[in-house]
Amino acid sequence: MKSEKGIFYRIDLVLVSLYLALVLMGWLNIYAAVYNDSHQSITDLHQKYGKQMVFILASLVLAISILIIDPKFFSQFSYFIYGFFLLMSVVVIFAGREIAGSKSWFAIGGFGIQPAEFAKMATALALAKFLGYLDRNIKHPRTLVIAVSIIILPALLILLEHDTGSALVFFCFVLVLYRAGLSGYVLLALLVIPVLGVLALIINKYILVATLFTISGLIYLRSRRRARTLMIALAIFLASSGLVFSVHFAVNHVLEPHQRQRINVLLGNNTDLKGAGYNVNQSLIAIGSGRFWGKGFLQGTQTKYNFVPEQSTDFIFCTVGEEHGFIGSFIVIALFLGLMIRILMNADRQRSKFSRLYGYGVASLIFIHFGINIGMALGILPVIGIPLPFFSYGGSSLWAFTILLFIFIRQDAMRNELV
Amino acid sequence: MERALAYRRLIIIGIFLAVGLIFTARLIYVQILVDKYILSANNNVLRYITQYPARGLIFDRNGKLLVYNEAAYDLMVIPRQAKNIDTAELCRLIGIDKDEFTRRMIKARNYSPYRQSIFEAQITRENYGFLEEKLFRFPGFFVQSRTLRKYTYSIAAHTFGYIGEASPDIIEGDSYYRSGDYIGVNGIEKSYESLLRGEKGMKVRVVDVLNRDKGSFQEGKYDTLAYAGTDLYSSLDEDLQEYGEKLMANKKGSIVAIEPSTGEILCMITSPTYDPNLLVGNIRRKNYRNLVLDTIYQPLFNRALMAMYPPGSTFKLVDALVGQQEGVLFPTTTYGCPGGFSIGNGKMVGCHSHPSPLNLKGAIQISCNTYFCRVFRSIIDNSSYTSTRQAYEHWRKEVMSFGLGRKLGLDVTGELNGNIPSPAYYDKYHGKDRWRSMTIISLGIGQGEIGITPLQLANLAATISNRGWYHIPHIIRAIGKKDSINPGFTEKKFTDVNPAYFDIVVEGMADVVSEGTARASKIDSIDFCGKTGTAQNPHGKNHSIFIAFAPKLNTKIAISVVVENAGFGAAWAAPIASLMLEKYLKRKVSRKDLEERMMNADLIHGINTGNEIGKGHFLPD
Repeated sequence: MKSEKGIFYRIDLVLVSLYLALVLMGWLNIYAAVYNDSHQSITDLHQKYGKQMVFILASLVLAISILIIDPKFFSQFSYFIYGFFLLMSVVVIFAGREIAGSKSWFAIGGFGIQPAEFAKMATALALAKFLGYLDRNIKHPRTLVIAVSIIILPALLILLEHDTGSALVFFCFVLVLYRAGLSGYVLLALLVIPVLGVLALIINKYILVATLFTISGLIYLRSRRRARTLMIALAIFLASSGLVFSVHFAVNHVLEPHQRQRINVLLGNNTDLKGAGYNVNQSLIAIGSGRFWGKGFLQGTQTKYNFVPEQSTDFIFCTVGEEHGFIGSFIVIALFLGLMIRILMNADRQRSKFSRLYGYGVASLIFIHFGINIGMALGILPVIGIPLPFFSYGGSSLWAFTILLFIFIRQDAMRNELV
Repeated sequence: MERALAYRRLIIIGIFLAVGLIFTARLIYVQILVDKYILSANNNVLRYITQYPARGLIFDRNGKLLVYNEAAYDLMVIPRQAKNIDTAELCRLIGIDKDEFTRRMIKARNYSPYRQSIFEAQITRENYGFLEEKLFRFPGFFVQSRTLRKYTYSIAAHTFGYIGEASPDIIEGDSYYRSGDYIGVNGIEKSYESLLRGEKGMKVRVVDVLNRDKGSFQEGKYDTLAYAGTDLYSSLDEDLQEYGEKLMANKKGSIVAIEPSTGEILCMITSPTYDPNLLVGNIRRKNYRNLVLDTIYQPLFNRALMAMYPPGSTFKLVDALVGQQEGVLFPTTTYGCPGGFSIGNGKMVGCHSHPSPLNLKGAIQISCNTYFCRVFRSIIDNSSYTSTRQAYEHWRKEVMSFGLGRKLGLDVTGELNGNIPSPAYYDKYHGKDRWRSMTIISLGIGQGEIGITPLQLANLAATISNRGWYHIPHIIRAIGKKDSINPGFTEKKFTDVNPAYFDIVVEGMADVVSEGTARASKIDSIDFCGKTGTAQNPHGKNHSIFIAFAPKLNTKIAISVVVENAGFGAAWAAPIASLMLEKYLKRKVSRKDLEERMMNADLIHGINTGNEIGKGHFLPD
């Protein structure tokens, strides 16, 4: 690290260390996941772990570059960067290569670049910029609409690429909106809706609706019984009942077959041998067989025999679970939590509203990827293919998250100034 | 306001921690509290065993079994699982040495350590028995069974075709086939592949880490049944085919016989030929190489379908019919023959000496070249047409309506079009429209650039016997059940010639046999009709050709015989055809001397090379 203008001691080394720890552990686990007897050198460039090493080196260069640049660059060019990646997301629909049903990659040389990953980072920047003006009040409808549009636009484009998983992650930005002043009830609703949806698929519709009615009734009765509360209670009841009834319809007619299948697998309706059910089952077996201490580095039988598909990307956590057991898995979770919470703590000590909101964006993005990826590997969520930040194999993901994080670290190094 | 909202950080952190907690709890559950996953890890290896169905059988027209299946067993290995093997013991059981064992294991590992490869193909039945018993001692090894083709009679090799491993292109293009699967390569095996192959099934078995079979997965819920291939009933008459192949031993050429009323092919013989059992299984590759390298006799070349010859005098029949249709020829039309037909510049199309003049019937019986040159000329110089080209195009169209110069639509691969030259061809050769009837006069007597395959010749005979129509010739008469009909061949194809004009030609052909050029080949008590032909061959002796159908009334069989480098049609092709007809109609042949002479005649050896090879049927070395 260069010592320049005294920023060195202002850079949060805790964050940098957490980052390096995760990247390194990720790399070692990719090696373990892909390892086979005939290719042993960890630096073999034809294998994924060799390539990941190259990606890591490149991302270190990116990180250092960002640390050197004046952070005002990011705040000034936020919209520009955002617009650029929006454009890329459009272009990839036409010029991209189709892989596994989704057309989300540019093929350049021997590598692939996914604009979607960078779009996530760009959205965090644009959103922070937009909401970062001191006089911006999110309670104004116009502000809210624009903010939501900033979030939804890239999500829609990504949906057009048939990459539903990546589109879903944009929901995380509601946390940023919440921190910026959006009503807590919205957050609550967003948390409750999926829960309700799942319940609707498991429990009989009518029982559920009756329960909702009872709950709404109780809320009304226990409140001060004003007409307004009645309206609200009624509205909530109707909305949630509507949701309950429409969930079945949505699952059976709106979702694509493979997505429906994944949900069925989650609910235990379908032990699809060769499809999504197989993945999750194998994943659980791999993780479960790790027990407390794990089987040891490079000793995982499930991974060695290639029973878990997509081991180096979506299911990379299985390798951790199998080879390093509960101890290892817990450490990884702790590291991620540490990273996210540290970012939040730092975010609130920012003087600039832009930096603060951007920090929340960073933490939220990392959180949703962390939550969905590990949740899927543990069989708690349906199979949704998104990477585990810093861990999963992949250049685009690693670079995008590195940039995402280090922009914040850079701003944090000038936390007492207005950016 | 910012201060006021600061508490929200805590809520968000709370959400993060809650999720972390849920994960930790789940981990504790899956990794510590519950046993089933660790147990599953040890036991959950699934093995997918493909069930290969029996390939469809092929019968002859009388229900004789011609092609059937025999079980073969392949020893498979999954390299990753092959640990702690008593190598010496296994080598002893299979019959290979240690170096070979190592070599094969390396090859399998290079293909994939996790996927199965063939370790030893086609273990004999006996070995399979010994091996199966002891296989549990060799983790990673198991036996997969499949079926190979066997041929009851060593006949019709070209027609049946053979099966081989599907090539990478095929595997890529059709998801049914995987590496190592068999597919028909040519002949009936190829044309009817989708019916013969049946449908693969799948058994899913649970095996533990040591590869011991633990039973079927979920009680066979995911198993699928294999469906046996559909049987085919061919129109071939085994007796006739075998007899014909004997007659054609040590000769180059072919015999094709069709049943005119249905288009069913009674026999399709190519000589030199080979024993189809040679191209089965392990030995196929080596034998195939030997057959391919035999460039002199070319036993793999299917002459019946793929050899083109100028039809020679047999083509005169076509000219006779087209001439009548065009109105320039009548049964009473008479031409004299001064020993040949002059085509200007002092050149002449020669003719053998015979009584003169002749009418149409006589000209067919005697096969007079002059007569038919004049017939052809009158067709082409017909003043109803404005140009030679136009007349020729009409002539060509009518000729092609007999199934000549184009594919007939046989249900077996390899059919050739044959060649009736197009006007454009002559344009190119002589200059645009600078050719006249005299330039192409050799077409009148079936020589020149005209090319016809033996199949087309047989079909021509059938068409004439039917008085102007034919069914598309086909080899398979019934699919699945003995009396079902192979659809697609039931339509009558009509020629452009009025049926009324055929009678006189048939009479002429009858005379050919009773008094004419083929009189030496007549059969006692069977009236049949034929026509000799001698195809000129610039590279050697002329080809002997004969077409015929019998009996004259209620025709049951039409036949074409081509014997290469054998001279006059009457010398070899006619007697062979005659014997074939007698064999088919009477079931036994009384002219033993003739039969013996034909069978023993060797027309190919001692002519070309010094290679010492077997007698017409080829044996592996």
